[in-house]
Amino acid sequence: MILVKDNRCDFCGTCVAVCPVDAIELREADISIIHDTCIDCDICIWVCPIDVLSSDEKKEEVKHD
Amino acid sequence: MTDFDVIVVGGGPAGSMAAEAAARGGAKTLLLEKDRDIGYPVRCGEGVGASGLKQFIEPDPQWIAATISRVRMRSPDNTKVDFGMKDAGYVLHRRLFDYALANRAGNAGAEIQTRAYVDGLMVEEGAVKGVKYQYMGENRELSTKIVIAADGVESRVGRMAGMRTATKLRDMDSGYQATVGNVDIDQEMIDFFIGSNWAPGGYLWIFPKGNGMANIGLGVNGKVAKDFSAHDLTHKFLNEHFPKASILTSVCGGIPIAKTLKTITKDGIMLTGDAARMVNPVTGGGIITGMVGGRIAGEVAATALQTGDLTPNGFKDYPARWQKAEGKTHDGLHRVADAIFEITDEKLNKMAHRLAKIPPDELSLMKIFTAVARQKPSILIDVTRAFAGV
Ligand SMILES: Cc1cc2nc3c(=O)[nH]c(=O)nc-3n(C[C@H](O)[C@H](O)[C@H](O)COP(=O)(O)OP(=O)(O)OC[C@H]3O[C@@H](n4cnc5c(N)ncnc54)[C@H](O)[C@@H]3O)c2cc1C
Repeated sequence: MILVKDNRCDFCGTCVAVCPVDAIELREADISIIHDTCIDCDICIWVCPIDVLSSDEKKEEVKHD
Repeated sequence: MTDFDVIVVGGGPAGSMAAEAAARGGAKTLLLEKDRDIGYPVRCGEGVGASGLKQFIEPDPQWIAATISRVRMRSPDNTKVDFGMKDAGYVLHRRLFDYALANRAGNAGAEIQTRAYVDGLMVEEGAVKGVKYQYMGENRELSTKIVIAADGVESRVGRMAGMRTATKLRDMDSGYQATVGNVDIDQEMIDFFIGSNWAPGGYLWIFPKGNGMANIGLGVNGKVAKDFSAHDLTHKFLNEHFPKASILTSVCGGIPIAKTLKTITKDGIMLTGDAARMVNPVTGGGIITGMVGGRIAGEVAATALQTGDLTPNGFKDYPARWQKAEGKTHDGLHRVADAIFEITDEKLNKMAHRLAKIPPDELSLMKIFTAVARQKPSILIDVTRAFAGV
C-alpha cells in the first residue's frame, strides 16, 4: 500500500502523471491514493521530487533495521 | 442549448491561450482553474526565448525578471562552455505573466473561475458533453460542446475521457527548484550544469531573477529517480555553491519530456500544453510550446463549432498544425535526448574541454549539439532541424 507522509506533500502532480492506473487524486492541497485501484508498482515513490510517498512494506523494513 | 461552447480546464499558459483564441473566434468560453490563484504556485524555472514569447505578447517590464544574453554550460568536471544567445531570452515572473495571459483571455470574452476542481466529465456515447466540478465543496455540472483539457502535467481530464495520458518514467523528470536571494551571479546569464553529479539524466539550472535573486533547480530523469532525490540534490548544491543564499520559495514539479501524445483529440475534447505532452524533450521548456498548442486548439475549436463537426475529424487541423509547428521537431529532440542520456560524464568532460577552446562568439547551440551528434550520427539530422539558426 502506498502511503503519503503526513503534511509533506507539495501537490505538484508528478506522481499523478506517471501512475499507470490513475490511482492518485489531487486537489489544490489534498492528495489521496485510491487503494482499490493502486497496483503497488511503486513508481510514484521513485518519481516524487521530495520523497513524501512510501509503501507500507518499506515502513516495516525501516522498523527492522 | 449547452451552457458553454468551450470549457477550458486549467489556467496555465496553454489554457489561457486556448480560452483567448476560442473566445476571439466567437465561442462562449469558460476557463476553470482548481487553485485559488491563476499562476500560483509557480512550478517553473521561468525561462523563455525572446522570439517565442514575442509571437504572442510584447514583453512587459512588470513580468520580466531578467533579460538574458549569455549561456554557460558546465560539464561534470566544471569546465565552462560560454556562448552568446542570438535570440535573447527572458526569465519571467510567471505569477504575473500567467495573470496577464488569463486577463487577456478574459478581455477577449472568456469567463474565468478559480477554486474550480474538475473531477469528472459528462460523456454520452463516447462523446464529451460537459464537465463536473467542485466549487467550495459544492458539486456542479456544466454542459459544453467542446472541452479543452489544459490541466498540466497531471493530465487527468484526458483520462476521464478514456484517453491514455500516463507518462513513462523515462519521459518524466523529477524536478525541484528554490528561488533564492543573496546570490552573486551574472544577471544576464543562464547557467547549466550537465552530468550525473548534480542532475542524473537531466540538468541543473541557474536562472537570474533580478535583484540578486535566482531560480536554482534541477531535474532528475525518472529512469534513475529511484536512487536520487531532486530535493536533496538541490539543497546539496546550494550548500556547496551558495551557502549564504536565502531560500525565498521552494517548489517541486514534474517535467514531461515525452513526445506529444499520439492522440490529442477525441469526440468533444482536445488536450493541450503539458496535458498533451507538448514540452520540448531536450530543454524541458513548455511555456511557449504550451502557448503554441493552446492557441491552435482554441482556434480549431472555434472553427469546428462553426462547421458543427465536433469529432476528431472536425478537429483534425489541430494535431496537423501542432505537428508542423513543433511536434515534428519534438519527435527528433526526443531522439536527441536519448542520445544525450547515453553520454558518460567522461565523454561530456572531453567534449567540454574541446568546446571551451572555441571563442564564445563563434559558439552556438547548433555547434554544441553537433558535437553531441558526433557521439551518435543518426541524430545529426534531428539536431540540424531543431537547432538551425539557434
Ligand atoms: C521545476 C520545473 C521547471 C521548469 N522550467 C521551465 C522553464 O524554465 N521554461 C519553460 O518554458 N518551461 C519550464 N517548465 C515547464 C513549464 O512549467 C510547463 O511546461 C508549463 O507550465 C505548461 O503550461 P500548461 O498551461 O500546459 O500547464 P500548467 O502551467 O501546469 O497549468 C495547468 C493548470 O491546470 C490546473 N489544473 C490541473 N488539474 C485541474 C483540474 N482537475 N481542474 C481544474 N484545474 C486543474 C493546475 O492547477 C494548473 O494551474 C518547468 C517545469 C518544472 C516542473
